[in-house]
Parts: sequence; C-alpha cells; structure tokens
Amino acid sequence: MSDNPTNAAVAEEDTARVEKEAARRAEPGGLGQLLRSGAGHNLGLVLALALLAVIGIATGGERFASVDNVMTILRLSAVIGVVSIGMTFVITGGGIDLSVGALVALSSIWCTTVATQTMANDIHWIIIVTTALLVGAGAGLINGLLIAYGGVVPFIATLAMMASARGLAEIISARKTQIVSVPGFTDAFSREILGISVLIWIFAIVAVIGWVLLNRTTFGRRTLAIGGNPEASRLAGINVRRHTVLLYVLVGVCCGIAAVMLISRTTTGSATHGQLYELDAIAAVVIGGTLLSGGRGNIIGTVFGVLIFMTLTNVFVLNNLSISAQAFTKGLIIIAAVLLQKRFSRQPGS
Amino acid sequence: MNLKSPARRPLARRVGTGLVAGLAVLALSACISNTPEKSENVGGTSNAKAGSNDEKGDTVVIGFSAPAADHGWMGAISEQAKTAADSYEDVELRLAEGTNEVGLQISQVETFINDKVDAIVLLPFDGAALTPVALKAMEAGIPVINVDREFNDPNAARVTVLGDNYGMGVSAGEYVCEQAGGKTGAVVAEIAGIDSLPLTQDRSKGFKDALSECGLDVDNRVAADFTVEGGEKAASNLLQAAPKIDFLWNHDDDQGVGVLAAINNAGRDEFTMVGGAGSANAMREIESDKGVLKATVIYPSTQAADGIKLARLLAQDKAMSDLVEVTVPRTIQLDAPVVTKDNVEEFLPTAFES
Repeated sequence: MSDNPTNAAVAEEDTARVEKEAARRAEPGGLGQLLRSGAGHNLGLVLALALLAVIGIATGGERFASVDNVMTILRLSAVIGVVSIGMTFVITGGGIDLSVGALVALSSIWCTTVATQTMANDIHWIIIVTTALLVGAGAGLINGLLIAYGGVVPFIATLAMMASARGLAEIISARKTQIVSVPGFTDAFSREILGISVLIWIFAIVAVIGWVLLNRTTFGRRTLAIGGNPEASRLAGINVRRHTVLLYVLVGVCCGIAAVMLISRTTTGSATHGQLYELDAIAAVVIGGTLLSGGRGNIIGTVFGVLIFMTLTNVFVLNNLSISAQAFTKGLIIIAAVLLQKRFSRQPGS
Repeated sequence: MNLKSPARRPLARRVGTGLVAGLAVLALSACISNTPEKSENVGGTSNAKAGSNDEKGDTVVIGFSAPAADHGWMGAISEQAKTAADSYEDVELRLAEGTNEVGLQISQVETFINDKVDAIVLLPFDGAALTPVALKAMEAGIPVINVDREFNDPNAARVTVLGDNYGMGVSAGEYVCEQAGGKTGAVVAEIAGIDSLPLTQDRSKGFKDALSECGLDVDNRVAADFTVEGGEKAASNLLQAAPKIDFLWNHDDDQGVGVLAAINNAGRDEFTMVGGAGSANAMREIESDKGVLKATVIYPSTQAADGIKLARLLAQDKAMSDLVEVTVPRTIQLDAPVVTKDNVEEFLPTAFES
C-alpha cells in the first residue's frame, strides 16, 4: 500500500528498527533473546505443558498420568491439530482462514451422504476419504482464488465461506446427523498401530510433513517471504498470487483430513461439526509463536499450542470443574502468551 | 500489496481442469444424496383416539412460528406441527420460516396480526423478547399459544404448553435410583447440554433432587453443547475422569450419538446409560438392548403439534372433551416419561430423527 513519497520514511523507520533490534540482540544472553528464537519459544511451551501436567498429576493422580488418559488427550487433539497446522501456513503467509470449522462440517457431510456411502460400500471406503479431501481442497481453492485474484481481503473472503459452507452443509444434510455405516472405513480408522490410535498417527504425520514443508523446502521459504513482505517477494520473482492460492488449498485439504478423522471419532457426519474451530486453531497458532501478521511460522509451537488447550480441558474435567472456568482460563493463557510474544518479538503489535 | 503474477503456467491450468472435473463428480454425488426417510409419525395423534372434537368445524387460520430447525428435536417440532395441521381439513396453517433472529420472529408475529389469523402458535426463540408482540396479538383478540419457552407475562398467552425440564431430571434420577436398588455408593455421572441455558440447569437440578431421595449424588459432571462432536469430546474426557461408573445420564440424544461413540471407543460397558429428549436413534438402541443405553427420558417434540390442536379448539370455541371444563385450560405441562425396552414401541412412532 505504500506510495513513493512515504517509501523513504518507511525505509528510514526500517533502518532504525533493524539497528534497535541489533542493539537488543547484542545484550548478553537475555531471556528475550532466548524467547525470540523458535527453539526458545518452544521451550516456553514445553514448560507450560509440563506445568499443566504437574497440576494434572497433583490433582488427578493416576487418572491423569495413565496411558489411556494421555492417549485420550492426543486423540482429541488430533483433529483440531491437523486444522491448526494448515492454519499455521496460511497465517505465516500473511493470511487468515475463518472458514476452517465450516469446511470440516461441509466435508464431513459431503463424504457421508447416502450416495457417497453407497458408492463407498460398493467400491472402497477410500471414496469417503477422497471426497472429503476434494471438498476441502475445492473450497480452499475458491477461498484462494477470491483472495489472490479477486482482491478480496482474506478475513472477508473466508468469513463469507464460513457462512456459505455451513449453510450448504445444512442444506445437503437437511440438518440431520448422518451416521456412517461403511464397515471398512470404521475399521480402518478405529485401529491402533503399535498401541497408538490411527488418528494420532495421522496428526503426527501431518505435523512432520508440515514442519519439513515450512522449514526445509522452497515452498516454505516462499510462504515466509510472502508473509513477511509480499511486494518484495513479487519483485524477487515469486508468483505471489499462485502461492497464495496454494496456501488456501493446503488448509482446505487439512480440513478434509480433519473431517475424515472427526467422522471416525464420532461415527457421524454433521453440519454441527467443527464449531468454533477457527478460533481454537488461531488460538493454538498464536500461542505457538506464529506471528498473526505473517512472516514467521512455528509448526512445533502450534502442536504444543493444541496440546496445551486439550490438556487444560482434560485437567478441568478430571477435577469436575465447569466449562466456564475453563473458557476463562483459556482466555488468560492466550493473553499471557501474546503479551510475552509482544514483549520479546521483533514486530510489535502482533 | 500488489499480487500480480508475472506469467501464467499451463500446468496450473491442467491442475485446475482436473479439480473442476473432480468437483463435478462431487456435485453429482451431493445431488442424489439423502432421500429423507419416510416419517412414521402421525402428528401427535399416535395413541389418542379421535373424538368428536376432530370432526370438521369452521375453517380456521393458524399462524405458526418457531426457531430455526438447527437440531433434530427442533426440526421435529415444526414437522410434527405441520403434520398435525395437515390432518385437519378445517385448518389452514401459515408456516413462518424458522428463525433464530428475535427481530425477524417479532415481525412474523406482526404479519400474523395484520393478516387477522384466528390463532397464533408461537415457540419463541427468546420468551422474554417475544412477550410484547404476543401481548399485542392478545389485545387484538387473537389467542396466542405459547409453546416450550415461556413468556414473562402470563397475559401474553391464552394457553401455555410446556415440556418439563425439571421433570426430565427427576425421571432420570428416579430411574437411576430404581436401578441402583438402594446401593448408596453407586458412582453417578452426568453429561449436560449447554450449561448456560436455564433448561440445562433445570434438568440438572431435577436429577440432583431425585438422586438425593435415595442417597445418591452426581460424582462427575461435564457439560457439552448438544452436538455430536461436543458429546464425544465431553464423554471421552469424562470416561478418563471416572475410571468406574455405575450410571450415566446424558441430557440430550442428539449429542448422545457422540457420547456412545466415545464409550465404544474406550471399550467401556460397566455402567447403565440413560438418554434425554427421546430420539428415534436412541430408542432403536434401547430396543436392541445390546449397548449401555438402557433408557431415555422424553422431552416431547410433539408439543407444537399439541399447540396447533389447542389453537384449533380455541378458534372453533371448543373445549378439551376429556375434561369437564367448558374452555381450554391455561397451562398444560407435558409429562417426561422414561422409555425402556419394555415400552419403547409405544414411543418410537412419535420420536424424532436426530
């Protein structure tokens, strides 16, 4: 948005900021320096999770520390976790996706219609999975095209998608809960491999792929560049528009995967699935250390963000505490994390 | 921010075409989805025998407005009201589109008043917010039948038809007491609906009160949100919090699908589960007698259908023929019976599909 006359001022400001930053970095071994680095931030999250675990063990004892309970936390984290990893990419690339919850609902409905289930029973359960992924990718593609080529701001484009996708899900399902009766599908996803639920494996695989993609590939570097400065990225020869589309397709696919996982968890597709996922995912991404303004992403941080919120819920239920107290605490955690980030991050106001 | 791209690549096009083709297949599969199951119910006239009141009278126009059918129970409310109206030749039903916007619902009622309908059946999204316009209708001489969510002024309705949320809790609690057979150490768990709603608080209070009669209390309580997903999540955590449970009451059969999924996943079967609201799904599960779900407590989805019937009687100046009373009563509170495998076939026809 910067016009020529202001460019000089911006450049001056930038120089000043870089210098200030360098000065701050020069401070010997400050806490700020540690927290600024990705690893340091992750360490902070590990400590927060450990603190929660200590509270859990102190108040819930064996019930908290049992293998079963840990598996429950991981299994419940898996669905929102996959969505949050997709969200990390979009936010890192300078965008936002408010439609994730609605996309999960739409995918879950579309791939469990009577027609799809009949086809899946006749051919193979993989049809359900393919349908979910295609619906997610297709909706993501629409988001991406609207934003990159239609010039609609991400907040508005995905807000519109959020309304439309859930509406469409309600229309297709006639607001009924669609129960899945494809034996192959249910068996495949309720299985355990090495004593660990398939859902947790999927979460782990998506997280590893996400980490490699963001940190070790050209795609990841481009995402960071675009999020940091789209204009400079364009001048550097990156096809910013196409890359933006790909980012929204990516988060759409993640929503498709999450829908399949959620169907296996609940044995149903429903237009009420994925309520407020957009907020849960953004919260996890933000406390994970990804900048809401783009340009810096942290997949490991996102995974910990998800685990922290899910462990919090678990500890509250173990102690028979109300949902309201839990929501209150969740808010406090978000504020604390963001204040810490603001205090120590390079770009203020995130 | 300028996002102009330097060149267009043919590859992107090919991928695009592939996606479009894929989407077209998907669109096809969505179009032929979900032929709605044939409704078995007969609009609330299931058990009651048709009496002289059902004979054709003057044609009356009844306006009906309810919240959006965003869950199974609410969907059934409007469907059953419509079926009840359709079963009478002398009823013309004006069905307003279900809405959760108070402003829109108020204007729907105002339209009914302007159209000078003979009676209005109103299930308000928010009882207090719809009270003034209901008063206006009453002042205009149009009887208002208030269903399920109460107005805060008794003059705003000629008849009030209510479910019994407190009674649901009591019924569930009494069933648990009966099954526990005097065992005071039984572990009782509860999965509530949306905790901030008065109806949830009433259900929980009734449950607690009934349990205390036989020396039991709720050991673990968790709230969900009336959705399948919410039920699954709440139940998964609850089952970890309580390694051994004797009785579990789940407030709502819509979220109960998720609760049962979590129970199956955890491989737990040591307890007896009681449902709530009374969905057809839950009743089929009870009928099969294979899982932990052994009973459910009814919150009638036929109450708006009853509202339509009462509206017709009022508009035709008839009374309820089973009572000595020469006019229709002011308040009718419906029962919250317990459905078990012994009486399930009696209730299945009027149950709602979640």
